[in-house]
Amino acid sequence: MKTVYTGKVWKFGDKISTDLMVPGAKVLAHPNMSPQEAARFCMSANRPDWAGTVQPGDLLVGGVNFGCGSSRNGSGPLKALGIACVLAESISRIHLRNAVNTGLPTLVAPGITSFVEEGQRLRVDIASGEVENLDTGKTMRVQGWPADSPPFQILMAGGLDEFMRRKVREAGLVGR
Amino acid sequence: MGMTIAEKILAAHAGVNSAKPGQYVWCKVDATGGHMLPALERLGVDRVWDPEKVFVVDDHQAPPPTIDAANHVKNVRRLVKKYGIKNYFEYGRGGILHQVFAEHGMYAPGDLVAQGDSHSTSGGVFNACVTNAALDGVHILAFGELWFRVPESVRVVLNGTLPAWCVGKDVILKLASELGTDFGLYRSIEYVGPVASQMTLAQRWTITNMGVEVGAKFAIFEADEKTDEFLLGRVSRPYTRVTADSDASYAAEYEFDLSDLVPMVARPGDPGNGVPAEAVAREHVKIDQAFLGSCTNARLEDLEVAARILKGKQIHPDVRMLVSPSSQEVFGHALKAGYLGILAEAGALVEHSTCGPCYGGHLGVLGDGEVCISTSNRNFQGRMGSPLASVYLSSPATVAASALAGEIVDPRAYL
Repeated sequence: MKTVYTGKVWKFGDKISTDLMVPGAKVLAHPNMSPQEAARFCMSANRPDWAGTVQPGDLLVGGVNFGCGSSRNGSGPLKALGIACVLAESISRIHLRNAVNTGLPTLVAPGITSFVEEGQRLRVDIASGEVENLDTGKTMRVQGWPADSPPFQILMAGGLDEFMRRKVREAGLVGR
Repeated sequence: MGMTIAEKILAAHAGVNSAKPGQYVWCKVDATGGHMLPALERLGVDRVWDPEKVFVVDDHQAPPPTIDAANHVKNVRRLVKKYGIKNYFEYGRGGILHQVFAEHGMYAPGDLVAQGDSHSTSGGVFNACVTNAALDGVHILAFGELWFRVPESVRVVLNGTLPAWCVGKDVILKLASELGTDFGLYRSIEYVGPVASQMTLAQRWTITNMGVEVGAKFAIFEADEKTDEFLLGRVSRPYTRVTADSDASYAAEYEFDLSDLVPMVARPGDPGNGVPAEAVAREHVKIDQAFLGSCTNARLEDLEVAARILKGKQIHPDVRMLVSPSSQEVFGHALKAGYLGILAEAGALVEHSTCGPCYGGHLGVLGDGEVCISTSNRNFQGRMGSPLASVYLSSPATVAASALAGEIVDPRAYL
């Protein structure tokens, strides 16, 4: 999996909860709903028409405590909509782990809110932590994922599914 | 250099002598939930690392409101049998996982547990590191291990004495309003001080439960005789209490004098929107629904205070009150003590133990424009149903008093 992503930015505010990404009454109450179907309801309470306008490869920038709240996987619908990479001022621990496990490159990026406006294009390197605003020409650096850290290895495998598939095979837990 | 409680527990489970904030470690986990069993089966793995250490209960869609949900839990029952899991709790014998798993001895001091559901920080009330493993659960099921980034620790010192009608819920709403709902982000919070000792276990439990509402990875109390009393007969393995070293290093320390605390209400939108109940009371906010339930505040003493307030009275005609104990064990105790009868006679709808209303799933979903006061943990937009509904959070006493009044009140002024 690559470490550099370039795309057009959608901007959200502070404390975007996973309840907004995966509404309980619309999605959680239907356990067999497909990720694509569930994605239609992503942010429907706070930004009703948004899910229909996202283009594959777009980036999402969030504010403080992005993904706060429930452990439901908010990165599932974001990835299904085609969001390529997420940056936020700060990110809830559970949401960040779900993002890694979903294989959606996600980075904590303090200062990102004032660094980019909606519609501008960013170039993001999740390993080095270098972020470039292609419209303003400015760059900033945040902490990237350390190459030897488990979350980086899981991201590079494409998510926990792929990481696990390899690991259970190596451990002899399948195909005996 | 000394270690905090979280550093000690993580180091012990990683098999290393010390753990420092920022370090990545693979840890052995003492127990987990079974929510990722379907994923384990999809991987083709035909055993869990330790069937005795896996706990399963269906609480969110309990019992199933739809055919989809029924098929989902039917599959869970099949997987429980397939993987030989003993700690499975059927409807009527279960309830909400954080309460049920504790009742069945899942958590003891010094443990490291990672399981499904964000409110897993609840288990820290037992002097343990307990946190959420959502998708990660499948890795634990297969290997009994999970990676952690050792968190910074913060100390919250609770000084003074809690005034009448103020409980753990008022404390955590106060902390969230003053420190923000991200003060615990990536951190382990240790609660200490006179009020921490004075509080009942149930009140501490509310505070660790809402640990996730302030972002925390772990929310931990020290163990004392109240901890032992709950664990007696539930946990048979030996355990050792864990305290921080006197020279442990904290990223921050916050001190609160709680002697002038007042009943708190979090306004809609965020659990950090807490203000004194009297401020909301002045606005005469009419309510449609009062909810006494969830893993946050539906233990025996929560039901007791509501029964004390509602005994011999009638809930306001324009209000429906829903009561759902935190587990069927709690339901049984409340039934024997007469609390459920008192609540039902006052006009409350007494439901079984379920997550349903709290997450907007079923058994009490809010419609457009409706207003609810709730003992639960979250009031995000759309949380309990319609995105146009409003949810206020408070203690059980404030919910019960408001149900009587038909509008949000300060229980001290109203009673």
